[in-house]
Amino acid sequence: MMQNLLLDNALLGPFIEFGFMRQALLGCIALALSAAPVGVFLMLRRMSLMGDAMAHAILPGAAIGYLLFGLSLAAMTVGGVVAGLAVAIGSGLVARNTLIREDTSLAAFYLISLSLGVLIVSVRGNSVDLLHVLFGSVLALDGAALALLWGITGVTLATLFLIRRPLILDCLDPGFLRQVSGLGSAAHYGFLALLVINLVAGFHALGTLMAVGIMVLPAASARFWVRRVGPLMAVATALALLTSVAGLLVSYHADWPTSPVIVLGLGGVYLLSMAFAPRGVLRQRLRRSGQRHLRA
Amino acid sequence: MKTILRRHTFAVLAGLGALTFSPLGLAQNTLPIQAVASFSVLGDMVQRVGGDRVAVEVLVGPGGDAHVFQPKPSQARLIGQAQIVFSNGLGFEGWMSRLLNTARYQGRHVVVSEGIKPIAAEGGHGHGHKAHQDHGKKGHGHHHGEIDPHAWQSVPNAIAFVGNIAKGLCAADAAGCDSYQSNAAAYAAELKALDTDIRALWAAIPAVQRKVITSHDAFGYYAQEYGVTFLAPQGVSTESEASAKGVAQLVRQIKKENIKALFVENISDPRLIAQIGRETGVKPAGELFSDALSDSKGPAATYLAMMRANTTALTQAIKSQ
Repeated sequence: MMQNLLLDNALLGPFIEFGFMRQALLGCIALALSAAPVGVFLMLRRMSLMGDAMAHAILPGAAIGYLLFGLSLAAMTVGGVVAGLAVAIGSGLVARNTLIREDTSLAAFYLISLSLGVLIVSVRGNSVDLLHVLFGSVLALDGAALALLWGITGVTLATLFLIRRPLILDCLDPGFLRQVSGLGSAAHYGFLALLVINLVAGFHALGTLMAVGIMVLPAASARFWVRRVGPLMAVATALALLTSVAGLLVSYHADWPTSPVIVLGLGGVYLLSMAFAPRGVLRQRLRRSGQRHLRA
Repeated sequence: MKTILRRHTFAVLAGLGALTFSPLGLAQNTLPIQAVASFSVLGDMVQRVGGDRVAVEVLVGPGGDAHVFQPKPSQARLIGQAQIVFSNGLGFEGWMSRLLNTARYQGRHVVVSEGIKPIAAEGGHGHGHKAHQDHGKKGHGHHHGEIDPHAWQSVPNAIAFVGNIAKGLCAADAAGCDSYQSNAAAYAAELKALDTDIRALWAAIPAVQRKVITSHDAFGYYAQEYGVTFLAPQGVSTESEASAKGVAQLVRQIKKENIKALFVENISDPRLIAQIGRETGVKPAGELFSDALSDSKGPAATYLAMMRANTTALTQAIKSQ
């Protein structure tokens, strides 16, 4: 009786009845805890679009890993991380040592990486399979993949805690930090490494194309609610958590594919926040017109 | 649009091929007899019956898909040169009559399924089925929804095929008729032994356990002949990305029907299949061969090997649980 009640429950039933739903839930939680805070720094550093470029940059590495070793979690992870780091470091070096700026050099590197990946995939055939693989599936997370996701979450949170001061300072005034110490570069590259491993984690769960969504959208939404870095990270993480679990349930009840539902949900939260949050457009309008009234 | 384009290229190219090369193919009864078979399973049978006297060319080769076959000019030329053409019939090769016309083929055309009792294609056979109906609309003419063309999946039907093949070859090459008859008799004996073996393997499994989930819709005759139930997977397809609900439906189906064997090649993400396996305790099993043989190194290089490989895969999957 009790059990039937629980199984019929629209919120808990799926997770009680199906192991794959529980694992998807654990994956979503890990990803939200880790990617959302990274996304906040990505936004503060005005690198949100760079996240997307990096997501494309890890794709060929993962593809090569897949083609060489099959559907091995380790091979695809290592491939993705190596490709991502190579692009991040390469474009950083070019930007600091030549007349090309950061954005252009990153675009150049990720385009090279992406086209290389597409070429390898086409030449080796089997691209239909690979497409499925690259889309990732939060429904297919096994024990090893979950362990990887939670490992990445741990590393990310620990690293963010350790480099928070130089990171925040570097966000606000990169020139100053570079003058007083070498910590600026360290923080920069450390952060890029975090970005890459989080994109790889997101790639395993949501697929390359969607991975960056759980990073950028919650951070952008949180911006309309709070100002300071700490609260930003908290709100972004909470939004990512709630929305990805809700997306999982919607995918279950409405029979829609999971990754797009989750990312679209995050997009919806962003639009709602933009409209209705304390720092969103409507309230700002109200406040401004209110001030005008007072003055008049 | 794509289909129209295909059809045009096909007609033009095939026409060209036929015009250019057909005069070469008129010589009669020079050995070996030039035979064309529509697909690999049939090609193997014709070769067994024909022996050394017959050279068989196959239009849809090993691993190919007869449903989406596009003839090449060189194949129109093959037909132009052939003395005898074999096809399965039952709507399996909707493209055959058109190909014979464009190749201006005047010779003997043997439909090997003649005389067998066709069964209706089952409505419940899932996603592949829908795709086939679409093909039919576009002129591929694979008439699922009416009768099931995969008659060779039952060995007694294959024995009937062999009789028709021998008759056809005798008519085309009277001098070799004795040889064809004795080849056919020897082959039929092997097929009877195969049939006995398949029945013996299934007899070892209680009837209630003979349930398989497969995305192939080609096993209607096998199911009828050997008392196996084939169910289509619910909730998942190749065409769309998996939803949580779809996976949940499949898991429920497996548990409810107490399925032991899962052959779902149309979920292309192997990780998802593995996940379903963990969830249900069913180990996803290997490959089934339905419409085509494997290449010569594969486990289903001949019809006999194909039927043995399928039966082994099916029974092992059920027993290993």
